[in-house]
Amino acid sequence: MQLRVRALETVLTEKGYIDPAALDPIIEAYETKIGPHIGARAVAKAWSDPSFKRALLDDATKAVLTLGVVNRVGDHLIAVENTPKLHNMIVCTLCSCYPWEVLGLPPVWYKSSPYRSRAVNDPRGVLADFGVTLPADTKIRVWDSTAETRFIVLPMRPGGTEGWSEEKLARLVTRDSMIGTGLPKTPGEVA
Amino acid sequence: MDGVHDMGGMHGFGKVEAEQDEPVFHSDWERRLYALYRAMSFTGVWTIDEARFARERLPPDVYLSSSYYKKWELGMEKQLAETGLAGPDELAAGHALRPGKALKRKLTPAEVPNTVTRGSFARPAKAPARFKPGDRVRTKNIHPATHTRLPRYARGRVGVVETLRGCHVFPDTVAIGRGEDPQWLYTVRFDGRELWGESAEPSLQVSIEAFEPYLEPA
Repeated sequence: MQLRVRALETVLTEKGYIDPAALDPIIEAYETKIGPHIGARAVAKAWSDPSFKRALLDDATKAVLTLGVVNRVGDHLIAVENTPKLHNMIVCTLCSCYPWEVLGLPPVWYKSSPYRSRAVNDPRGVLADFGVTLPADTKIRVWDSTAETRFIVLPMRPGGTEGWSEEKLARLVTRDSMIGTGLPKTPGEVA
Repeated sequence: MDGVHDMGGMHGFGKVEAEQDEPVFHSDWERRLYALYRAMSFTGVWTIDEARFARERLPPDVYLSSSYYKKWELGMEKQLAETGLAGPDELAAGHALRPGKALKRKLTPAEVPNTVTRGSFARPAKAPARFKPGDRVRTKNIHPATHTRLPRYARGRVGVVETLRGCHVFPDTVAIGRGEDPQWLYTVRFDGRELWGESAEPSLQVSIEAFEPYLEPA
C-alpha cells in the first residue's frame, strides 16, 4: 500500500490537483490537535456547570465553540445524556460517521463489521465485549448516524467527585464513555 | 444499494476487538492517504456522498476483506477514474501521463485549519415539513440500486418522529450527480421489537436519521 499511495500522491501532485505541502498540516491536526480531549472538556464542564449542560444538550455545536478549545465546530453536533435509567450508544451502521471534531478520528473497532453489525441489535453484547455491564433496568438507546448529524454521549458524572475542578473531572472522561461503549473512570482510577 | 456496507443487524462478524492505546494512524501510508483524500475533497471534485457510494460499490469480497483506509484508497482510485481526473494507467506508471484538468481550487497549507471542520449540510426548505415530533411514521420499503441512507434493517418499519433536524442535502440524489435536492431530516425512533422481533431486548430503542422521502404516515 505504501507504494500505491506514493504513486497516487505523485500523480495528483503532477496533475496540479494537490499541494503536497498541505498534507503534513492535515496529518498533524489529527495526530496532535483534534481528539477526545475536546469532548472531555465539554463533558467535564457540563458536569460542573448546569447552564453549560443545558446549552450543550440544546445545541452542542454552539456550546462546544464557547469552550474556546477549537475555532470552529461543524454543524449538527448533538449531545445525548445518560441517566440511571437510560444509556445511549452511538454507531454508524452504513459507514463510519463519528463526531470527529470533538473525539478525533474513530478507532478501528468503531469502523469494524462486528461493531457496525451488532450495535443496533445486541448492544448489551457489545458492551460485554468492552467489559461493561449495565443494570438490567437501564434502557438502551442506540443512535445510528445515518445522516450528517453527529452524536456525542454525555455520560453520568461518577460519584465521589464532589468539588472536583473541571480539569480534574476531564481526566475521568474516556473516549469510549462519549461513544457509549464505556463508562467514565472512577475517582480511584485517576488518583 | 443493498450492499455489504449496510450491515446493521447482520450476524457472524464476531466480537468487537478494541486495540489498547490505539494510534490515530497505523502506518505512514494511512496518514498520507487520509490527507490526500481531504485535499482532493477540498477541490470540490466530489461530495462526501459520492465518496461513500464509490466505496459501497467495491466488490463485496473486497469491501469485507480490506482495511478501512484501503477501502478509502480503492474508492478514491475508482472516483479518479470515473471523473477522468486520473487513470489507472497513470497510477500504475506512478506519474502523470496526461495533463491534469482545471479544478476550482487547491488546498494550500494556510487553508488547512479551515478545512479540518465539517461544512454545513443544512439548506433552505422548499416546502414545510410534513411530519412533526410525536408523529407515527412508517419507513418505505425501498431498494434503490444507488446510494441511500435508509438502512435495510429499518425499512418498512413503524417508528415515532422524535426530532426535526432541519432541511439537509439529500444523499440519495447528490451521490449520483442529481443535485442536493434538500429534504427535511428527522430522528425517527423504533422499538427494538419492531426491528428485530420477539427476541429483541424489550427496552431497546434504536433511532435513525431519516430524510422525509423515506417516510410515510403510519
